[in-house]
Amino acid sequence: MSDTADGMDPAVKQTSAELATGVDTDTILQTEGLTKRFGGLTAIDDVDFGVEAGELRCLIGPNGAGKSTLLNLVTGALSPSEGEVYFEGHEITGLDPHERIRHGLSIKFQVPSVYEDLTVRENVRLPIQRLAAGSERDERMADALSASGLSAKADVTASALSHGEQQQLEIGMAASLDPDLLLLDEPVAGLSVDERTEIADRITQLNAERDIAFVVIEHDTDFVAEIADHITVLHQGETFREGSIEEIEADPEVQRIYLGGETDA
Amino acid sequence: MGVESDDTATRGPLGRLAAALHGPNTMGNSRRFWYLFGVVVLLFVFFPLYMLPSAVTNMSQYLSLVLLALSLAVVWGYTGVLSFGQVAFFGVAGYTYGIVAINVTGPLGTIAGLVVAVGIAALFAAILGYFMFYGGVSDVYVTILTLVVVLVLKTFLDQTAGDEWTIGEAALGGFNGMPGIPDLALGIGEPFLVFNDTVLFYAALLAVLVTYLGLRALLNSDYGRVMVAVREDEDRTEMLGYDVKRVKLTVFTFGGALAGLSGVLYVTYFNYISPSELSLTAASLPVIWVAVGGRKTLLGPIVATIFIERLGLFLSVNVGDWAFVINGLLLLVIVLLLPEGLLPGLRDLVSWIGDRRGDSDTDDTTDPTGEVIE
Repeated sequence: MSDTADGMDPAVKQTSAELATGVDTDTILQTEGLTKRFGGLTAIDDVDFGVEAGELRCLIGPNGAGKSTLLNLVTGALSPSEGEVYFEGHEITGLDPHERIRHGLSIKFQVPSVYEDLTVRENVRLPIQRLAAGSERDERMADALSASGLSAKADVTASALSHGEQQQLEIGMAASLDPDLLLLDEPVAGLSVDERTEIADRITQLNAERDIAFVVIEHDTDFVAEIADHITVLHQGETFREGSIEEIEADPEVQRIYLGGETDA
Repeated sequence: MGVESDDTATRGPLGRLAAALHGPNTMGNSRRFWYLFGVVVLLFVFFPLYMLPSAVTNMSQYLSLVLLALSLAVVWGYTGVLSFGQVAFFGVAGYTYGIVAINVTGPLGTIAGLVVAVGIAALFAAILGYFMFYGGVSDVYVTILTLVVVLVLKTFLDQTAGDEWTIGEAALGGFNGMPGIPDLALGIGEPFLVFNDTVLFYAALLAVLVTYLGLRALLNSDYGRVMVAVREDEDRTEMLGYDVKRVKLTVFTFGGALAGLSGVLYVTYFNYISPSELSLTAASLPVIWVAVGGRKTLLGPIVATIFIERLGLFLSVNVGDWAFVINGLLLLVIVLLLPEGLLPGLRDLVSWIGDRRGDSDTDDTTDPTGEVIE
């Protein structure tokens, strides 16, 4: 894994180095035999998916590979047909989503999911008011606003934000829960190159400074190459490959199914 | 919970109280609003001095129905659960009060009746809410299910004419209803205060005032913000770590209790209740009051309830059976022209006119402490 740290800032390198020497207790998320069937379709098929503390993992795969389904099984938005989910050593398979969130999980949905009729400040307040009161709450709200680059737009209704600003706002809200693991479902879909760079910086910064582990679903290979420590390729509901960006890019089988594949659209 | 975080340390108790009543979730955050509010409250306080006794007692009836409207404003307008069943809790409380107050004579019996009736209404809402929200019933199915509950209750109560439906001294009375329900009263043995006529008016006025101010504080608290978050996006709210099902159940139970209080005040006005309070028309009225007034406000449903009920009385006196048709058409026009309701529509109109005049001295965004609120 250490070879994936090339070109990253030192803090991330250090995190990765720590992980390389880590033992099982560093595994923050682990699914075992996770299976989800929708009628006759097996969307997720016997997947053992593990994420280590502080890791920055990308989850890629062609459309319909089961990436979002896997994330939904982890958050509890969907219940598995078979298998278990463990988070920080506890089984969370039977827990409601909000209980999993309180264990240290957080998610940004695929479609930007902010409260459109509320102001940006009210949006940011919601995750934070559960965790802090008084001046600490005010500070954390100010921090979350500035980290999202939205301090000047705090009193604007969220529906008036651009798509990119809504993505930043939702990432800010998800991150302000102080999670140990943050799941991002296509955080840069439909964004400009500049906005993509901002989001990439934001993710690597949160990972390095606050030691938040990430699982990021993304189609954009340049973006994946820029942020990922480690990549998991899902294909037809199964774990197809795992490895560094170089290993994955060099793998002809992955090329075939996903990266400019000839036989599979 | 419930305390505004912004610089409470620098404010006295009054400042804190003012802060608790203000926020983005209720209309009327300006000093001008509170002046107007004070004038309106005074007009109500002196209402019996300049109006006929019949107008005063009619107003007690409207004020008790305002509580029913507010119960739906909280459940639907602020938490997004469209319940057609508020009259079920209203009716159950009305009947329960009647049964207790008829059987336990004296003022204590009426107070016991009030407490038991509100408790039963809340319990009923809690049980129904539990099976709905934890059973995965949501959106339009909640609306349908609550309406079915109302109609089942009405059908059942229509069948209770026989002697076997006499509980102690209280006969449910089938579709003829239950007469002889005593007024609320205070005292031990002999009542020293009976809640009829003007006293009932003041009791209902006080109940509406306390409920309105209490709900303002609730809706602008942390919990109120979570309620609004549930209305706006349940999934996002759950994924911020909030127990959405429990929030909905809690609010629904509270709404049941408030509808129950409304039912008790209402039956003490007529000293009578019948299953017609649970008819389809009766069930739709709270939805109309709240939709017409503005469901995302508290003031809107209050104004609309009094206005629509008073208009209904005026029309039925003057045009008889055409009252329902005319009233219905008026409501349709309002809802179609102002989908957010009468009060938000008026607010937008006022600010639009203000913008056109280039009027910059409106203080609608300032709270009583002179501080700008979003």
